[in-house]
Amino acid sequence: MSEPDERVSAAIEGWDLASLGEGRVLPVVTAPAPVLSRPGPQVDPTSPEIVALAADLVATMRVSPGCVGLAAPQVGVSAQLFALDVTTHPKTVTTHGVFVLANAVIVEASRWRPGREGCMSVPDLTGDVKRAGRIVVAGELPGTGRKVTITTDAFEARALQHEIDHCNGLLFLDKVSGAHAIYQRKTYL
Amino acid sequence: MGNSSAVELAVTVIGPDRTGIVADVAEALAKLGANLTDSTMTRLRGHFAMTLICTAPAPAEQVEAALRHLSADGQLLVTVRDVGPDESTANGGLPYLLSVHGADRLGIVAAVTRVVSDAGGNVTDLSTRLVGPLYLLVAEVDLPVGVPGPLTERLAQVADELGVEVNLRPAGADVL
Repeated sequence: MSEPDERVSAAIEGWDLASLGEGRVLPVVTAPAPVLSRPGPQVDPTSPEIVALAADLVATMRVSPGCVGLAAPQVGVSAQLFALDVTTHPKTVTTHGVFVLANAVIVEASRWRPGREGCMSVPDLTGDVKRAGRIVVAGELPGTGRKVTITTDAFEARALQHEIDHCNGLLFLDKVSGAHAIYQRKTYL
Repeated sequence: MGNSSAVELAVTVIGPDRTGIVADVAEALAKLGANLTDSTMTRLRGHFAMTLICTAPAPAEQVEAALRHLSADGQLLVTVRDVGPDESTANGGLPYLLSVHGADRLGIVAAVTRVVSDAGGNVTDLSTRLVGPLYLLVAEVDLPVGVPGPLTERLAQVADELGVEVNLRPAGADVL
């Protein structure tokens, strides 16, 4: 495994993590919970409930060892909202820090690559999934509702695709690359 | 599930590939109230092979008797055996992917897996394919900490003796 040559820290214009306030740590639900397989509805990113949920996602992500992203369905709420933080992951190249995005959609995807991934909501399995190594994502910031476009790559791109899938009721199990591409997870963080 | 008298059985089925083998076997097991748990089913050079674990409300002999109609035409070989309760064999190692390829010759699997075993590695999944003159082995192995370095060197020696290429790499997953 080679380390990325250089890391790029990018900022999301208008994003202020502190404005979300303190969140609560919520229990993480695991498959086969039906909420994980239901497409989440679009949300109003300026509503107090969504801002509070955004704070909860960040708080829950932060107390979960090794967690680099958490989507609303994973805390039992069917909604188009997720938190992300790949800042400390060794495979990260470009990072936009810790952020939460509502109603995110992938508008461009390229450089498809296989990779093995796991999920807090599927704790006993991992699987090989092809993901784009470079993507452009459009979404809205919780709080201001500001529309943003994020261009990223490598591990942040993979994590974004995984979380957007969650918001659409998809698990990595829905995208494994073959009948033999699911594995018993042996190591836990 | 939920049957306190359920026993865990290992079922193997192999025969010339045709459509409907999985459906026939799974249907017969479902009718018996046997619940499939872990299984692997694949085609091996024109034969379809199923190995599965199921929890059944009846002992192996009864289940085997109830599946006898599947082998009535002499094509499918079906066996059913009692197996003990699921016991974790995790050795605390980390997952690695081992691939070997080269000209086919006798003893590649034996030699390579012996090296892995001698190093304390545990093979958890392994497939081989022979395509024309090319032989391929791909295995998932759990390796204790500190083993991959020396094992890579030993595998390289064995691969050299066998005239094949070998590659050992981490297969750890990223939790998202």
